[in-house]
Amino acid sequence: MKLDIVLKDLLNAVDVPAQWVGLREVYEAHTPRMIRDGVPVANGRSTTHGVMVEVLANGQFGYYGTPDMTPQGVARAAQKAYKQAQIASQHSIYAFDETARPSFQGDYQSPYTKDRGSLSAGNLNKLLLDAYNHLKVSDKIVSASSLCQVIETSFRFVSSNGSDINQEFLMLEFDLSATAADGPSQQTRTFGGMRGTCRQMGMEYFDKYEILANANRIGEQALELLDADDCPTGEMDVVIAPDQMMLQIHESIGHALEVDRILGDERNYAGWSFVKLEDFGKLQYGSKIMNITFDPTMESEFASYAYDDGGLKATKEYLIKEGILVRGLGGQESQIRSGLDGVANFRSSGWNRAPIDRMANINLEPGDSTFDELIGQVKNGVYMESNKSWSIDDYRNKFQFGCEYGKLIENGELTKTVKNPNYRGISTPFWNNLKGVGNRDTFGIYGTPNCGKGEPNQVIRVGHASPACLFENIQVFGGV
Amino acid sequence: MEKNFNNLSDSLFSELNDGENLILSFSGENSQFVRFNNASVRQTGIVDDGDLGLKFISNGRTCRGGFTVSGDLNVDLDRGKAEIVRMRAEAQEIPKDPFLVLPENAGSSHEIKTASGLPFEDAVDALVPAMSGVDFVGIWANGRMFRGNANNLGQKHWFETESFCLDYSLVTPEHQMVKGSFAGSDWDQDEYETYVKRSRKKLALMERKPVKVDTGEYRTWFESAAVADFLGMFSWNGISEASLRQGCSGFGRMRHDDVRLSPKFSILEDFSPGFCPQFNSNGEVSPELLTLIEKGALKNTLVSSRSSKEYGVESNFAEAGEYMRSPKMQPGSLNHDDVVGQLDKGLYLSNIHYLNWSDNAGGRITGLTRYACFWVEGGEIVAPIETMRFDDSFYRFFGDHLVDVEDTVSVIPEVETYGGRSLGATTCPGILVDSFALTL
Repeated sequence: MKLDIVLKDLLNAVDVPAQWVGLREVYEAHTPRMIRDGVPVANGRSTTHGVMVEVLANGQFGYYGTPDMTPQGVARAAQKAYKQAQIASQHSIYAFDETARPSFQGDYQSPYTKDRGSLSAGNLNKLLLDAYNHLKVSDKIVSASSLCQVIETSFRFVSSNGSDINQEFLMLEFDLSATAADGPSQQTRTFGGMRGTCRQMGMEYFDKYEILANANRIGEQALELLDADDCPTGEMDVVIAPDQMMLQIHESIGHALEVDRILGDERNYAGWSFVKLEDFGKLQYGSKIMNITFDPTMESEFASYAYDDGGLKATKEYLIKEGILVRGLGGQESQIRSGLDGVANFRSSGWNRAPIDRMANINLEPGDSTFDELIGQVKNGVYMESNKSWSIDDYRNKFQFGCEYGKLIENGELTKTVKNPNYRGISTPFWNNLKGVGNRDTFGIYGTPNCGKGEPNQVIRVGHASPACLFENIQVFGGV
Repeated sequence: MEKNFNNLSDSLFSELNDGENLILSFSGENSQFVRFNNASVRQTGIVDDGDLGLKFISNGRTCRGGFTVSGDLNVDLDRGKAEIVRMRAEAQEIPKDPFLVLPENAGSSHEIKTASGLPFEDAVDALVPAMSGVDFVGIWANGRMFRGNANNLGQKHWFETESFCLDYSLVTPEHQMVKGSFAGSDWDQDEYETYVKRSRKKLALMERKPVKVDTGEYRTWFESAAVADFLGMFSWNGISEASLRQGCSGFGRMRHDDVRLSPKFSILEDFSPGFCPQFNSNGEVSPELLTLIEKGALKNTLVSSRSSKEYGVESNFAEAGEYMRSPKMQPGSLNHDDVVGQLDKGLYLSNIHYLNWSDNAGGRITGLTRYACFWVEGGEIVAPIETMRFDDSFYRFFGDHLVDVEDTVSVIPEVETYGGRSLGATTCPGILVDSFALTL
C-alpha cells in the first residue's frame, strides 16, 4: 500500500540555513514469481518507500535517508543532515555550490502496453510451470527453473532551486534455466546468462509460444553441453554474442570510465581505473569500428530515464567514437571536480543511498557485418553465448569471462558444440583487436539488476545493448 | 525499535483467520556513513531503515510480502493488513507448495548488546587527524542494527547490537595499497590511532618498486583475509544441500566421488562468538556448532528446512539460501613469525579480489591479487608484485597442495552494506600452499 505524500509540502517543512535542499522520494515494489523443479518457490511482493533528504552546507553535502515521511520527520532529518554536512565541511574533498544540483522540471514514463495487473498471479504461475515442463526435456535435467520479477518504481525529486521531476518505471526481469548433470559433471544453460533478460516493459512481454520454444531449446542445449567436448585452449579468434558482449562492455568499458573511480573515490571497494583524466580525447581505446554510447533514450532498455538522481537531464552521448575515448561517465559532481564533460549518470539504488557515478545504458553501436560475415572471416575460433563467470581486476585491466555455450568455428563455419568456453585478456589490447561489428540484425538488448559499487554498497540496474562482435587473437580455454 | 516490532507483530497476528500462519522477519538499522577519499570527506550521512518481511502460509500455499517500517504504528499496521489481504487472496490462485515449512514455537530468545560507540556528531573529528599526511580512502559505518523474528504461535526472537567499522585503504603515490579494517563495539581512540599507525608502517613496504611476476605456479602464502575470501565462495554454489541436489555446487566431487581435501582443512559454523543471530529468517535456531568439513572430509552440508522436506534429509536450520553465517576454519601449526621463512620463495598474498567460479564442477576459482601482495625470495620479502590473475581449484589449494595452516585465527568482519549493514564475520587462519596458478 503506497502512502501518497506531497513532496513539495515536505520541502516547505524543512527549516535549515542550507545553501540547497533536495528531497528524493522513491517507492519501489518487487513482485517475484518462480517455479523450480515443478513447484512454486517464490510468490511475493515487497515494497520500499522513503525519502532521501539532502542538504548543502559550507560546500559539503550531507544526507539523511528516512522512511518517516511526515513533515516533522523530514524536518528532523534535514536538521541532522545539515549537522553532518556542517561538521564534515571542515574536511571536505571539494567545496560544492548549488550548480552541483541543476534545476530541471519534467516527467518520464517507461513504455508498456499491459500493466502488472493484466496478468494474474495464477496465470503467471501457470505460464512459468508450462515453461518448466518444456525445460525438463530429459531425466538428466536435474533442476530447472523459470522466473520473472516485475519492478514498479516511482521517483520524485524536488529541490530548493526549483527542480520538480516525476519518473515512473515498469520493468521486467525474466529467466529460464536448465541444469543437466551426470554425477559430478554438470552444465547449466539459461536465457541470456545471469538474469540477462531485463527490460523496461509490461506484461506484453509474455508471449507464451515464444517462451515455451525458448524453454525447450534451453533444456536441449543443457543436455547437448553435458556431452560436449571442452572448449579448446589457445590463441584464436572469437565471435561473441550480444548476451556476453553485455558483460564485456560493462566490466571493461563501463566501470573503467566512471569518473568517480578515476578520481579515486572507489579505491577501497570497487577499485580504481587504468583510465586517467588526461586520456580523454586521446586514448585509442579500441579499433576504429568501436563506437560506444551512453544512451538513456533507448526505448525499453533497462536503465532508460529522463533525469538522473541529481536532477540532471539525460541525453545520449558518445563515450568512445571510432575507437577514441571522448567522454567519461561522470555526473554533475564529477564533472565539476574533474573539469571533464560527462553525462547524467548520478544514480542511487534507492531512497536510503546517496547518488554516485553509475552506468545506465552503455551500448555498442551496430556496424555493418551480417552474422554470417562475422563467422565467415574466422578460420579457427570459437563462438560464445551467455555469460556464466566474470572477473576483472581493480584497475579494469585483466579480465576473464566464462560463457555457457560455445561452438567451434572452422574454416568460416560453425561446427560442433563445446562446453566451458572461457577467454581472458586486457581491456585496451582486447578492444583494439575488435575486427568485426555486427549489423542491427545481430543487435540484442540486455541488462542486469546486479551491478554493485559504492560505499555504502549499492546494487543498481544497468542496460547494455550490442551487436555480435568478432575479436582476433584472444586467449581461449576450457574447463578443468 | 523492539517495541514497534512487538506492537506491529501482535496486531498483525490478530488479523489471521483459522488455518492461517504468519512469520514476521525484521531487519533495521540506524547508521552513520562517512566516505573518505584522500583523507577528506567525500560523502556523509545517516540512514534510518527498517524492513518487515511477511511469510504467509495458508491453503497449502506460501506467499511472501514485505514493506518499509515507517515507525508510525498506524501507517505500518495499514501496510501490514493490506499485505495480509493481498496474500490471502493470492493463496487461492497460485499452485500448492508441497514443501512448505510451517512455523513452530521452539522457544524465544532476546539478546541486546549495548556499547560505548562513537557518537555520530563526533566521528569525523575523531577519525580525520590520524589520516593526515597519507592518501586514505574508505568508509566509516557506525550505529545500531536490529534483527527480529516472530510467528503467530508465540515464538519471538530479538537481536540488537551496536558496532562500528572503518574499512580503508592507504595508497602510495605509485598506487600501491594497504588494506585496514578497524571494527568493534566500544570506541577506543588510542587503539584506533595505533591501528592506523600500524597500517602506515606497512605502507612503507609498498614503496619498493613493484616486480612483475610471470604466469605459472608458485608456492604461496595467503593471509587470513585472503583465505576468508576463498571460504566465501563456499556460500555461493558451494556447501548448500540444495545446490548439490540441483547440480550447481563445486562440492559435487566431494559428495559423489568422495574426493577429500587436506586433513589439515576443517571448517564449521560457529555461532558461539555472537557475531550474528543464531536464528534464521524463518525463526529457527541453528546449532551453535556444526561441523561442515572435518580433516578434509565433507561431514555436513547446510540444510534449510525447505531442503529437508524436498530432499528428505535432516534440517540444520540453515538460512533459506544455505550460506554460511558464522564460519570458522580451524587453525594449524604454522606460527606467523615463521611464514616468510617457510615460504622461502614465492608469493605472499594479503588480499585477493573479485572471485568467481571459472569451473564450478572442478572447484576452480578465478580472481586477482590486490593490496599488499609481495614476492618473497630467500625467506625475505623482496617487493610488492604487480596485479596478477589466478585460476586454480580449491581441491588443490585446500587439498593436496596445502602445506600448513597458521596456528592462530583472525576475525574478518563482514563489512558489506548492500541494502543495509551486514552482521557476521569469518574466523580463519592463513594458509601455505606449495603450488598456486597465476594465469595472466
